[in-house]
Amino acid sequence: MTIAGKLSEMQMDALREISNIGLGHAATSLAEMLASKIGMGVPHAEFISFDRAIQIVGGYEKLVSCVSQKLDGDITGIVFYIFDETSTYRLVDMLMGLEEGTTTWLDEMAMSTINEIGNIMTGAFISAISDFANLRISNSVPIFAFDMLAAILTSLVIAVGRPEEDNVLAIETQLFRDDKKISGHFFLLAEPESITKLLTALGLEA
Amino acid sequence: MHAIHDAQDIHVGIGEYKVAQSPGRLVTLGLGSCVGVTLWDPVTKIGGLLHIMLPNSKEFSRINKKGKYADLGIPMVINEMVKQGAGRGRIQAKLVGGAQMFIGADKKQLLFNIGERNVESSRKILKDMRINIAGEEVGGNKGRTIYLDLQTGKVTIRTIGQDIKVI
Repeated sequence: MTIAGKLSEMQMDALREISNIGLGHAATSLAEMLASKIGMGVPHAEFISFDRAIQIVGGYEKLVSCVSQKLDGDITGIVFYIFDETSTYRLVDMLMGLEEGTTTWLDEMAMSTINEIGNIMTGAFISAISDFANLRISNSVPIFAFDMLAAILTSLVIAVGRPEEDNVLAIETQLFRDDKKISGHFFLLAEPESITKLLTALGLEA
Repeated sequence: MHAIHDAQDIHVGIGEYKVAQSPGRLVTLGLGSCVGVTLWDPVTKIGGLLHIMLPNSKEFSRINKKGKYADLGIPMVINEMVKQGAGRGRIQAKLVGGAQMFIGADKKQLLFNIGERNVESSRKILKDMRINIAGEEVGGNKGRTIYLDLQTGKVTIRTIGQDIKVI
């Protein structure tokens, strides 16, 4: 069963809108960390297959960083944020106040920096959604990886215990500080029942 | 450098398997906690590659791709190889993958340790089927891409930021 084919355009709009709100909060929290203005492009949200997700982010062996949190409560599933290699280094430079181009690999310090950014951003996203939809959603301590995209994605799908679920809600974002672009992909992998609950909470017939 | 993509490469997707005869290579990209099982008959040079995601299908009620599960996938590949002419008693296996990709303070998620369970389950099934394990490159915390050379049975392993390894 795939949920994607069963959602109406109005329901997808509601999910896009809530994604927009969630990511707006995530961008604000990043701006606070950097103590500077962060611009955000209009997020693009859709349900896609894993193969498609891998293609969009850049291929099976693409080096990416990923921060993930498990969701419990009214919504069960996982959220994860993926930054490509360049954006990852750029974020580290910004956060540590380094000149752009300084970071070219992630040491332990840089990893914990990215983990923290991802943690704060996914946390802001989740709390915005739970406030807006009036749902109780708790999130776990984040986990982090910096490696091949496919290796990371499959490990996440397995960890969430839904190996036969082939669709994720993918939300593509671009964040800007001045003219510097940070490309990120935010994904929500939730049980179909959870998406139904979310839509119902938003006042839509699911 | 070896292990660059080649037109003759046959790609095996996540949770899938392929069987083929030399020449050429069977390839699967980006194994994380998944395990790549290569099976190869040195006489007919028929080989199989399986990209396992989970150790045991019995833990799940709804199954659409049998190749995702070690307990269903391994026997399927072996049967398919034998059907194509491989000698069952000559087949040798190699296991690659089963990494722990994530770091973090969440012990519950870390302890889930699916990679290790995938490796253990694969070993047990191969042992039960009396298939010899000729090589392993498992565990650790790096994603791996593997190539099974159908001519030699050698498995080339690529990881990001490390040297290429051949087993």
